[in-house]
Amino acid sequence: MTSPDPALPESSFPSSSRPFGLARLRHALSRALVSAFSLFAFTLPFTSLMAFTYEVTRDRIRAAVEQQQMLLIGEVLPNLHYDNALLADMIEAEINNEGRVGKVWRARNGGVPVALVFETFAPDGYGGRIDLIVSLDNEGRVGGARVASHRETPGLGDYIDPTKDRKKEKPWISQFVGVDATMSAAHWEVKKDGGNFDYPAGATVSARAVTRAVGRAATWVNANRGALFNATMGSRFDAEKRNNP
Amino acid sequence: MSESRHLRESVRNGLWRQNPGLAQILGLCPILAVSTNMVNAVSLGLATVMAMALSNLVISRLRHRIAYEIRIPVFILIIAALVTVLDLAFNAYFHSLYLLLGIFIPLITTNCIVLARAEAYAAKNGVLESTVDGIAMGMGLVWVLALLGAIRELIANGTVLSGIEMVFPGLKSINVLGDAYPGFLLACLPPGAFFVLACLIAGFNAINARRAAHASQKPQPSVQVSVSAPPAA
Repeated sequence: MTSPDPALPESSFPSSSRPFGLARLRHALSRALVSAFSLFAFTLPFTSLMAFTYEVTRDRIRAAVEQQQMLLIGEVLPNLHYDNALLADMIEAEINNEGRVGKVWRARNGGVPVALVFETFAPDGYGGRIDLIVSLDNEGRVGGARVASHRETPGLGDYIDPTKDRKKEKPWISQFVGVDATMSAAHWEVKKDGGNFDYPAGATVSARAVTRAVGRAATWVNANRGALFNATMGSRFDAEKRNNP
Repeated sequence: MSESRHLRESVRNGLWRQNPGLAQILGLCPILAVSTNMVNAVSLGLATVMAMALSNLVISRLRHRIAYEIRIPVFILIIAALVTVLDLAFNAYFHSLYLLLGIFIPLITTNCIVLARAEAYAAKNGVLESTVDGIAMGMGLVWVLALLGAIRELIANGTVLSGIEMVFPGLKSINVLGDAYPGFLLACLPPGAFFVLACLIAGFNAINARRAAHASQKPQPSVQVSVSAPPAA
């Protein structure tokens, strides 16, 4: 390996003065090879460093992700007691039939169904997709809804996330708690569109998107509730097969 | 120049004279994106300090082994590896902060101030000087980011330190302007970052110009390097 030398006599090819020849080609090739091997030599220790860190942090990261997930699930499952390992009692389902598979976690108490917690999304937020987590108790009422991720405008549309909502006492998203999932689609709208739900003036798009998405998902999950609870743990739920046996 | 004077010079350069945010105007990507509030801004700033200190340390240690022609790819390789390590460490040990900063931790790799200090300083100086330079330059970025974040947050929402509970559970943000403050959205949108940064740079230049004028009025006891060019005689 060479030391840094600003003059670099070999590499400053005086190309016009020297004729093109085999010697020059060989020289250029050998220099390129030295550079390539030098770069390769650097990749080995630094890739090992990354792999080592990955190994060391893997378990902690998995635990942190699970803890974060439980925190979000806990927020949509207030006052409901369950005794099973919720994160393990999971199936996958294509809620809304919009091509995206979400997870459904099933809370049970002594084997008796208590509630379903499921991932869904609103495709039509102001800043694109809004990922949601919603729960539905075994009487068909929404237990709560939370935004898992979104790109709504900060300070304008981000009130859908209760940590950003200026109304700390009664954040906007809390109005889904206790809503009956059997009500018709016309009610799952903001009041401006003739529905049941409040919205902040000037930022209707985010409220409309979340309200419709929660409504669609809750209605679908409620209609398939029994089958979702009975599906094999870890399996992919197929609604059509079950609705038309 | 003695060792300690050299180091003090590095600190002064990073914090003020060659401040990455105000004088070099390098690393605008995080400045624009993350300075919507003070907590985000300072968190990402401190992550950048760590990345710069580590990358300057490693690069200055290895500087005689890095061939001149391929130094840039090697620097990027080293910086990317160290930032990946930081990213994993944040994910594992400061998970809520990690969720807050998201994509911007890995993006430190592409922050040009990190590569700029590797190329301009760490490739030519010793391990101690380079590490101090990395920390000083990083801290220069941190205080600018903190000020920018605080001003934008205050104008946009009337609060300071919102989101502090994600870093220090139990602490609460301060509502400076009260609940009646209607908010001024523009400040926390990307154009707001440009406006506030422009005001900060203007203030920085005004202070420097006043200092230079002040210094030129007094008789000079020793040779002093002035920021602005001397007037033509």
